[in-house]
Amino acid sequence: MSHVSLQNVAVAYQKTNILENFNLDIPEGELVSLLGPSGCGKTTTLRLVAGFLQSHQGSIQVGGKDYTTVPVNKRNFGFVFQNYALFPHMSIFDNIAFGLRQRKVSKKDTYTKVMEMLELVGLQHFENRFPKELSGGQKQRVAIARALVINPDLLLFDEPLSNLDANLRVSMRSEIRRIQQESGIAAIYVSHDQEECFSISDRVAIMNKGVIEQLDHPAAIYHRPRTSFVASFIGFKNFLRFDRRSENGQKPIFYKGDSTFAVSYEKDTGSMTGVIRPDDIRIKPAGPPVTENELSGTIITAIFLGRSYQYEVKTEHGSFTANQEMTIPFQSGDSVVLDMPPHKWVLVEESEVPSYAG
Amino acid sequence: MANRWLGFVTLLVFTFLLGPLVIMLVSSFGEAGVLQFPPENWSLKWYANIFQGSMFMTAFQTSILVSFAGNMLALLVGLPAAYAMSRFQFKGKAFLQTLFISPVLIPGIVLGFALLRYIIVTFQIPVYTALFIGHTIIMLPFIVRVISSNLDNFDFSIEEAAVSLGASRVGAFFRIVLPNIKSGIIAGVLIAFLESFNNVDISVFMTGPGVSTLPIQMLTYVENYFDPTIAALSVLLMALTAVLMFVIERLVGISYFTKK
Ligand SMILES: Nc1ncnc2c1ncn2[C@@H]1O[C@H](COP(=O)(O)OP(=O)(O)OP(=O)(O)O)[C@@H](O)[C@H]1O
Ligand SMILES: [Mg+2]
Repeated sequence: MSHVSLQNVAVAYQKTNILENFNLDIPEGELVSLLGPSGCGKTTTLRLVAGFLQSHQGSIQVGGKDYTTVPVNKRNFGFVFQNYALFPHMSIFDNIAFGLRQRKVSKKDTYTKVMEMLELVGLQHFENRFPKELSGGQKQRVAIARALVINPDLLLFDEPLSNLDANLRVSMRSEIRRIQQESGIAAIYVSHDQEECFSISDRVAIMNKGVIEQLDHPAAIYHRPRTSFVASFIGFKNFLRFDRRSENGQKPIFYKGDSTFAVSYEKDTGSMTGVIRPDDIRIKPAGPPVTENELSGTIITAIFLGRSYQYEVKTEHGSFTANQEMTIPFQSGDSVVLDMPPHKWVLVEESEVPSYAG
Repeated sequence: MANRWLGFVTLLVFTFLLGPLVIMLVSSFGEAGVLQFPPENWSLKWYANIFQGSMFMTAFQTSILVSFAGNMLALLVGLPAAYAMSRFQFKGKAFLQTLFISPVLIPGIVLGFALLRYIIVTFQIPVYTALFIGHTIIMLPFIVRVISSNLDNFDFSIEEAAVSLGASRVGAFFRIVLPNIKSGIIAGVLIAFLESFNNVDISVFMTGPGVSTLPIQMLTYVENYFDPTIAALSVLLMALTAVLMFVIERLVGISYFTKK
């Protein structure tokens, strides 16, 4: 049985539906992150679970209890805000103690628990400081400690690391993961940052326009996007809509004009749209005649990315983006052949897609 | 060339602004029975004169009482109003905002006369109550405006954080919001107090036989006497204003009253 369950919830702002028939289930102790473009409804989902927004239909259950109409202050969920939201007029001790005092925890227990928390987040001896005397990373730790000390039934993070610099983000996210796993509290984590979501989550929900397009383990999302939106969002830049397919024994062959592509997949969805990452295309100088899974083209642009070059290649089926490490790069105008191996292709269901090749 | 012009104009402005104040300050220490500048002989007797007889003291008490009571009522109404207007979206918000600001937009004379004609006379309101109502109306826009501008920079996520940690809405307001807008509230209260304390154009319609605020009493006095008592009193009031402004400046910075 899942610990958190959103069933058929819906949120509308001024009659525009932001979430509709939204469902999400999270097992005990799991961290699920919501990832998606700006404005897709991540914060809205989180605020709905927290109780700052009300769903006009469906239900929200946590730990077997119905929370649909329970007010925010009776929910016992820990919320970590993007801008930390520490109380500026209170010391770090009082900030962390706030939730305990609301719960009328005794003075002695409050002291013990706050001190434990400070140790957990690595901020011993900071209890008498004030928020303005802390760095961004330290503030975020206090915010986490403050949310955690009430022993919440669920942790909610809204882009908690987006105000920190890149190095700190990386160390803080493993910190958050460690604390979350140690406490065993289920969590919903919102972020813009793909890598952050993949590294911290048990499962990732890719959202688009108020809908979860795919909820899966990070590796599964990375390697097997289910829809064209998910694919493009996680970096599959090349889309090819095939004309027809034929079964050739075990190996299905897809056709696009005169080109043929062998595509390996785990499950046949009958989809006719293939996607492939720039990193998975090999570029070779033009020469021998093109064979299966190859496409000839001309380099349009070459951009230096550091480790590799990114090439824009024009082909008869539209332009492709390919990355390749090379000491002597191709020049624009060079004739090349793109090699796109069968196991690198992924067949996706069509959803809202950026621009297709072909 | 342009610079010299600018310097000249600045000098003129300051002369006209500060000149009268300097003249008043100096001549309040004159001995003669009429305003003299510079005075031939020096004396503090006009300062002593303020405190002789009950005329100014009574008016001073009335002023303090009316300004203070009106201030409290204006705060009681203005604080929740400012909070609601910053915090929530609701129908008629723009109208309410305009309504709270309108007393500063309408000329005091018009407002005072309207209050007298349509409210005080119609409902037969006693003088003290009338003054109290009038001054509450004078102060409300200042309180709402200063607190609003404080709340506009307020990060309400800390209020939400408090609620998510178990505080009630009311509890979060008193324990989280209020302590963080304290300086704005004090500044609003002080500036409103000054505004009410110095007010003439509305008070003049509200005062009646035997009840007068200090500025009205001063006005009555200069109609009959030409001695420097009023100059002396003005100097004291200026000092009081300066002290309050200093406190406000310390709390929130004087920019509160120059920005829109
Ligand atoms: N208070 C509001 N009133 C009206 N519309 C709103 C309000 N808050 C959010 N929206 C709209 O709801 C949609 C979802 O917003 P939400 O804040 O959930 O996006 P998000 O996924 O968190 O985006 P971001 O990554 O930029 O934080 C957006 O289109 C936004 O414009
Ligand atoms: Mg957001």
